[in-house]
Amino acid sequence: MSMQLRASPHLHSGRDVPTIMRHVVYALLPICAFSVWQYGLSSLALIVTVTLSCLAAERISNKLSGTVNTLSDWSATITGVLLALTLPPAFPLWMGAVAGFAAVWLGKSLFGGLGHNPFNPALVGRAFVQAAFPTAITTWAPAFTAHRFTEFIPSSLTLPLMQPNDISSWVASNMVDGFTGATPLARWKFEHFVYPVQDMITGAASASTGETSALLLMVCGLYLIARKFMDWRIPVAVVGSALILALAFRVFGGDEYPPAHLVLLSGGLMLGALFMATDMATSPVSPRAVWAYGAIIGTVTIMIRYFGGLTEGVMYAILFGNALAPLLDKYLQPNVFGARKK
Amino acid sequence: MDQPVYSEAGSAKGFSLLPAPPAHLPLVEGSKSSHGLASLFSFWRRGSFKRGVHPAPHKGTLDQPIKRMPFPRKLILPLAQHIGKPSVPLVAVGEEVARGQLIARCDGTLSAPIHAPADGVIEAITPRPNTRGAWTDAIVLRVYEASTQEVRCNIPQDIDEMDQAQLITAIQQIGMVGLGGAAFPSHAKLNVPADKQVHTLIVNGCECEPYLTCDYKLMREWPKELMAGIRIALRASGASRAIIGVEDNKLDAMEAIRPHLPQDGSITLQSVATKYPQGAEKMLIKSLLGLNVPSGGLPSQLGLVVHNVGTLALLGRLLPLGQGLIERVVTLAGPGIKRPGDYWIPFGTTLRSILEWAGDPDCKEREVILGGPMMGQAASTLDIPVSKGTSGILVFDKRMLEPITKQSWACIHCSECVNACPMGLNPSQLGMLSAKLEFDEMAEHYHLGDCFECGCCSYVCPSHIPLVQQFRAAKAFLRERKPL
Repeated sequence: MSMQLRASPHLHSGRDVPTIMRHVVYALLPICAFSVWQYGLSSLALIVTVTLSCLAAERISNKLSGTVNTLSDWSATITGVLLALTLPPAFPLWMGAVAGFAAVWLGKSLFGGLGHNPFNPALVGRAFVQAAFPTAITTWAPAFTAHRFTEFIPSSLTLPLMQPNDISSWVASNMVDGFTGATPLARWKFEHFVYPVQDMITGAASASTGETSALLLMVCGLYLIARKFMDWRIPVAVVGSALILALAFRVFGGDEYPPAHLVLLSGGLMLGALFMATDMATSPVSPRAVWAYGAIIGTVTIMIRYFGGLTEGVMYAILFGNALAPLLDKYLQPNVFGARKK
Repeated sequence: MDQPVYSEAGSAKGFSLLPAPPAHLPLVEGSKSSHGLASLFSFWRRGSFKRGVHPAPHKGTLDQPIKRMPFPRKLILPLAQHIGKPSVPLVAVGEEVARGQLIARCDGTLSAPIHAPADGVIEAITPRPNTRGAWTDAIVLRVYEASTQEVRCNIPQDIDEMDQAQLITAIQQIGMVGLGGAAFPSHAKLNVPADKQVHTLIVNGCECEPYLTCDYKLMREWPKELMAGIRIALRASGASRAIIGVEDNKLDAMEAIRPHLPQDGSITLQSVATKYPQGAEKMLIKSLLGLNVPSGGLPSQLGLVVHNVGTLALLGRLLPLGQGLIERVVTLAGPGIKRPGDYWIPFGTTLRSILEWAGDPDCKEREVILGGPMMGQAASTLDIPVSKGTSGILVFDKRMLEPITKQSWACIHCSECVNACPMGLNPSQLGMLSAKLEFDEMAEHYHLGDCFECGCCSYVCPSHIPLVQQFRAAKAFLRERKPL
């Protein structure tokens, strides 16, 4: 007979960190499957390579820092899958592996692991390769090529430390009609071309591996929201602020600015708003700070897309929001019950 | 700025109206809100408070009536069963006492007397473990084997003839204390200072802790006594109306009470959301009246006094009979209990004798909890007696303890604790500060003092960080350094 002594509460909701993280991975799986269906082997190999490199990086840093094995908390898996989804499908696999190591080491381990990282690790990884391999990360491949399940996009298999060869001849040999190798956002920026909505939903538009179908992203996000694994306020604030600004620019600024649906459905806005900005470790906790954080990300995205040199702005907007999160939390603390107003 | 200012529902204007309300004041004060938009949606918040958690109720003992168990052979009666000064023994070792006889008198105004829970002989007056496990002076009573359950040592009194001061004294003399858990002497709570005024008595029928059913059963079985107790409390405090707040999952308790409500509307019944911690004073006031008790303040600042249904039911029963408080209803539940249910248990009955009779002998590794699972204390020894503040005895087995003992992780800022804290604190931030021992910062900038230790933060934390446990330690540290 032994008596256990514990301080109250003696009950627990039963939810733990690995459960939350595992469900995020589940929610990402349909998006991965869709991208494999679109791009075939290259996409599958990219997702697997990046995820494995993240797991390897995590395990190595565990060993180096002498901590427990943290692979079981699933957070490195999320980083890997998310990072792969933000990379272009034709991205050389070895560069994907570099991105994975950069994400986990620079983005997370350096700060002390899960919960201590100020920036979203997947985005740190992507920012790293965007700076390191500017050409490869803007080389887009066409979706639904005939032999996608039997052969790789040639650039995927580039030898380590080598730059990929130009894939335009491969694109031409696949005879994809109307493929321009530019994303909807770039085509708007440089040609004022409005992509058809159905292309941006069915995955026919050029884009990163996981951002081709805004609709699918929303469905997967809704699953996490319904299971309470995601703070619904963040995507609502990000998308809402982006939508309001896009409408305002379109209404008051005229045709110089893109239509609102292009802003919402293109690029990484949905992927970023639903799966990156909502990263728990790097978003604020207090309700008012969460709204402000989302609104800042939406606004900065629009500002970069409309007035910056880049066509896409979600990544830097989220990293900017991550940097502000602790400050927002500090100045926008929750309203304390019965507290005197200052 | 001495006048309390309310953050949401009650504006400063609302406050000036409060001390003397008409008897049938509309219950929801949200319409007086200073926030124009917020008042539009106040109906949403009616009967509830913000945030909180929904633990599984586990109220498996509900269907049975309140039962009795045999007297134990020995009773251990700590002299300090209540908040305030310990009682002073009036009996000597070897003296025979009868069930209901006064055996220790109160010492001053904030104190309560003790009556003998059974016929027997005083064996010793010596330090014994009290409910918290600390060794304090206690009267040890050896119970006669043929001791009857009947109480003979009482003088019925006509309470209708008493004035306010006499009522307060009479309530103190029967040893009445708050039975919700804090064991604050009831008469002291009802004794409103001359410069203050109480207009509404809130009757707390929200047994929001999982497993516990003792209040529920008293409401169901003793509605008449409850009404009598409410009338006594109304007269003693000078309040003009009473509101009974019952969680909306206790339908048959409400059905039992409703026929006994007076026609004049002075006592009303209101259902509130079933949510933990609905039974906390501040949360219940928010749910019933939409008022925020100011930070660091007491309900009496709003002209309110809150009493537990169990306290008032026993008050209504015992005061007219002039009988001392010698036993209470205690919920026995949990996987390590073989005979779960609600029992009248005389004070001083040790956990050992209760578990010998009701416990599961096969339960090897166990945790014995006094009170509810969210705020109750684990017992360090089975020699601890049931005292006036013990509402439940739960025995958890190994299976129940596992989820808490598993691994913990660093805070991942998931904000579950922020979305659970009924007081609107930031437990995540407080937890990080307490890990760095920044206790002053916690108290000064993060409202540590407003935490009433309901445990919602620790309950939801997916990283299994012992948040409320750390806050308790931080508060104890600050208390010790700065004695009040």
